[in-house]
Formats: sequence, structure tokens, C-alpha cells
Amino acid sequence: MSIVVVRPGLLTTLQDLGRPGHQHLGVPVNGAMDQISHRLANMLVGNDESEATLELTLNGPTLEFRTDAVIALCGAAMPSDGGGEEVPWWRPVRVPAGTTITIGRPEIGCRAYLAVAGGFDVPAVLGSRATALTGGYGGFRGRALKKGDVLALRSPQEAQTVRWVRLLVRHHRGLAYPNWSVSRARMPYRVQPQTVRVVPGRHWQTFPVAAREQLTRALYRVALDSNRMGYRLEGAPLEARRGSDVLSEAVVMGAVQIPSGGDPIVLMADRQTTGGYPVIAVVAGIDLPVMAQIAPGEDVQFRMTTIEESYEAAAEREHQLGRVKQALDARLQH
Amino acid sequence: MTNETLPGANIVAMGESAVVVEFGRTVNRETNARARALGDYLRANPLPGVTDVVPAYAAVTVHFDTRETAGLLRVDNPLEAMKAAIEALLPRVPAVPRRKPRVLEIPVCYGGEHGPDLERVAAHCRLPAEEVVARHCAPLYDVYFLGFVPGFGYLGTLDRRLHTPRLDTPRKRIPAGSVGIGGEQTGVYPMESPGGWNLIGRTPRRLFRLDADGAPNVMDAGDQVRFVPVPAAEYDRLKATQR
Repeated sequence: MSIVVVRPGLLTTLQDLGRPGHQHLGVPVNGAMDQISHRLANMLVGNDESEATLELTLNGPTLEFRTDAVIALCGAAMPSDGGGEEVPWWRPVRVPAGTTITIGRPEIGCRAYLAVAGGFDVPAVLGSRATALTGGYGGFRGRALKKGDVLALRSPQEAQTVRWVRLLVRHHRGLAYPNWSVSRARMPYRVQPQTVRVVPGRHWQTFPVAAREQLTRALYRVALDSNRMGYRLEGAPLEARRGSDVLSEAVVMGAVQIPSGGDPIVLMADRQTTGGYPVIAVVAGIDLPVMAQIAPGEDVQFRMTTIEESYEAAAEREHQLGRVKQALDARLQH
Repeated sequence: MTNETLPGANIVAMGESAVVVEFGRTVNRETNARARALGDYLRANPLPGVTDVVPAYAAVTVHFDTRETAGLLRVDNPLEAMKAAIEALLPRVPAVPRRKPRVLEIPVCYGGEHGPDLERVAAHCRLPAEEVVARHCAPLYDVYFLGFVPGFGYLGTLDRRLHTPRLDTPRKRIPAGSVGIGGEQTGVYPMESPGGWNLIGRTPRRLFRLDADGAPNVMDAGDQVRFVPVPAAEYDRLKATQR
């Protein structure tokens, strides 16, 4: 029950919904950058949404399956080949033992998620299988995948397997998959430059009016050294705040910090638990997956929204995800 | 101690999934004790949907799962509900932290290969290196809060004579256990990480460990830390006994 890493890709890590509950000890949350794609991938293979998936970044891996498995790929569409056949996305796919899957670079977007029915067999650390790259714990040996790694899989529940086999086995050889998929419209990221909604940050009122206006007027480029910890935005440094220091305190994902140089930094999944720069805005929860899909070198345009609107949009999206889950469950019952 | 409870605080949003409860804007023991008192209380008496309660110098941040808080409290706006709930409970929260502080003795081998910047700090402070070490070991430091990396404690207060600017160019890799001085602050890097502080010594003690039951074993806010100088041979012996 395993997958062998033939080629690791640019940055392939195990991630899940994150490791909350220990931030007061300095333990970062980590977890999938685009949680919507992560959750959909798990849903499609019948996993709990908290199961770990492989997060692929900008250039996917080559993986050799040593066992029959049911997988799903969601997120930034990367060209993917399984034994000479195209591996379809946004749906469950049965991969026979011996198949090698090669995943390339996306035309648009940055990250994709590969879920396997049953999940990856790695120990949970502090309640999570997410890889903490800085700390070197969690996920697969606390690091990104390397060539030659062997990823153990857990067996899917028997009932789950029986259903999948009934549903998917339509070919004798090669990949098997249903003729339906989750709509690609679920992919939160489609255009460049991408608009990302923000809400006022903790120190919004203390920034000069010019800086506040510029934040939503300027077009920012995501710097090439941006990563899972944070995105540095170039192109329109903001006028600094009077007294640019604030006391260090806890930060959140999506916080838009303004250091003294004026180039904004957006904190992402691997952010530290605390920070000492003023926070002018925070990426609205509804658009965090969008931000996560913007690749280094691409552009972002901020738009102001309200917390109420973000909550409303999030509730609508959860409603849609609930309907996807219902529809999947219905298909699996037949 | 009296039955004193927490005074009012500035309660503000940090995005849509966290609330900051701010008791002041300066670094001092009293304000930090209030932040820790509220942190201890909220961890012992969790509000609906709260995932993390994180004290800092002068504030506590309460992180919550927006869906869970909204569902449990049956509200459309979990942020406003959370702010109101915290505001309402402040007058009931004891102003003294619940946690009994521990005193942690951290053995440090100063100078040499373990503290490559000790001489630089000594030159900057115009003190002999031995005097830098003596002054660094003298205080019982308060752990104000943890952040930066797992198990990194923000300590107060460093002797004014030892304040030394950070390096112009941060090091890409600092070994785990390094003890540094950065500006007005001092602390221990619990794991290998980049950093710009002047490294004056190193401890063989592991400051971020997971116990057999998976619980994190680290210093906690409110603990007190004393640095104890040890010779290189003792450092090696202690290092060998750590797993």
C-alpha cells in the first residue's frame, strides 16, 4: 500500500486543515493554502475533509502507484498523465497498481491537491498531519517530498472501496473514472490580474488616507521570493504609518502587514504565530483560497469589502459545498 | 492577592476570525500579567468555536472558527458575538494569571564556537566578555509570551548595558539552542532558523520537544528563565544526554 516518489516536483508537501490549538506555544497553524480545493479533493474520494492531501506547487511530481488506489486532483489544473492517458481532474479516478502519474505545470494558478481514498499513513503531530517546513515536523518526516520517498497509504474503509469499485470499474486496464465531475467553476481562481477582497485591518485607521486609498487602487505584483509563509507585494509601496512600530501580537492568515519600507506582506498558511508590523487590511476569508492560487510573478488587485459581506459569501460557498457533498453521497449510494 | 478582576480593555477585530483584547501599548509586567490572566481564563473556560488563545506583550488574541462560532451561538456575525461575549466576561476574570509559574534553568556555554558574537557584543557595550556573561546571567527573566517559532519565548528584561543592534545581514542558519541578543531583547532559538541576533552562547537543552504522549514540552508564558553558564565540557556532556 504505497506510492513511490519518482520526481518530487517543485514543492510537494502533505497538508490538511492545519494545526490550530497550539499558537500560544509559538506553534504555527500550517495546512493547505487553498482549503477549498483540498476539501473537494477529499470529498471526491470519500475521505473526511480533515484527511491529509498532497499539496503540489507550480510543478507537480511523478508518482508510481504500487497499489490500486482511488485518487482525486483539484486546484490549479496541471497537465497530468497516467500511463499514457490523461488523468481527469475534479473527479474520483481509479489508478491500478503499477501506474506512473506525471503532473506538470499549470497554465494558471499555483497549487493543486491530490487526495487518496483512505488517506496517507503518516503520524499526526499535535493533532495534524500538515507539514511544518520551518519546524521540520508533521507530514512526511517534516519536509517536502524527495526522490525515492515511499508514501504509505491507509486502506479505505471497506464499504467505501466496494462502492468505488462498483462506480468506477468500467475498464479492464488503465484508469477508470465516472463521466461526471465537480464543476470547474468551483475553482476559485480564473483570471489575471486577480481581484482579492480585503477587510480593514487592526491598524487601518492609523494609516494615512493616501495609503488606505492606494491599497485598493494599485496593482501589486507577487514577488518571486513569496512562499507558504507570506507573499511580498511589489510595485506600489505605501506611505508608512506615523510611528511604524507596533507591539508584537498574534497574527492571522491573510493579514496585510506594512513594514517600514512600505511593500505589503500578506501572511499565508506557514506564517509565524506573532508579528510586529502594523496590519492595514486582512484578506477576506472567502478569498483566501484565491490569494493562495496566485503564483509568484502574477498580479493582484485588492478590493475593499465588509466583514458582513465576506461572512455572507462564505455561507453561500459552504451551502454549495454541502450540495456537492450531498450529490456525491447520492451517487455513492446507487 | 485580592479578588481584583480585569479592567476594561480595547476589544478590536483582527480580520473576521480573530478578536484582539488590548490592555495597553507598552511592555511591562503588569500589562503582560493581565494579558496572561485573560489567556489562562479563556483556555480554561473556552468560548464557542475558539481555536486558539494567544497572549502577547500587552494583548490577547482570540482566534475562532467562524462557521463553528456562528453555528454554536446561532448568529450571522460571529465576530460581533465574540466581541460582546469577551466584553461581558472581563469583569468576572481574575486579574492574576491562574498558571503557577515555573523557574527554568537554561545551561548556556558562552563564547567560542557556541557564541561567535560574544566579542562583538562586548566591544559594542564596552564591557569585558566576562562582564557581558555575568550581566546576561544575573536576572530572572519573565517569559512574556511565545512566538516566532515553536518554543521561542519573548523575555523581559535585558540589562540596558547589553542592548546591541541586530546584525546588518541576518544569518541564513542559526543552530538550535543559540542564545542571542537583538536590540533590547534576548532569547533562545529553539530550532535551526534564520536570524539577525548576535549569538553569545548556546544551550544543549532542547526547548521544543514533543513528549511521549505527543504533548509539546516548552516554556510557557508566565514562566521565569535563568541562564546558567556552563563550560564547553559540561555543554558536551549535557548535549549527549539529550535525546
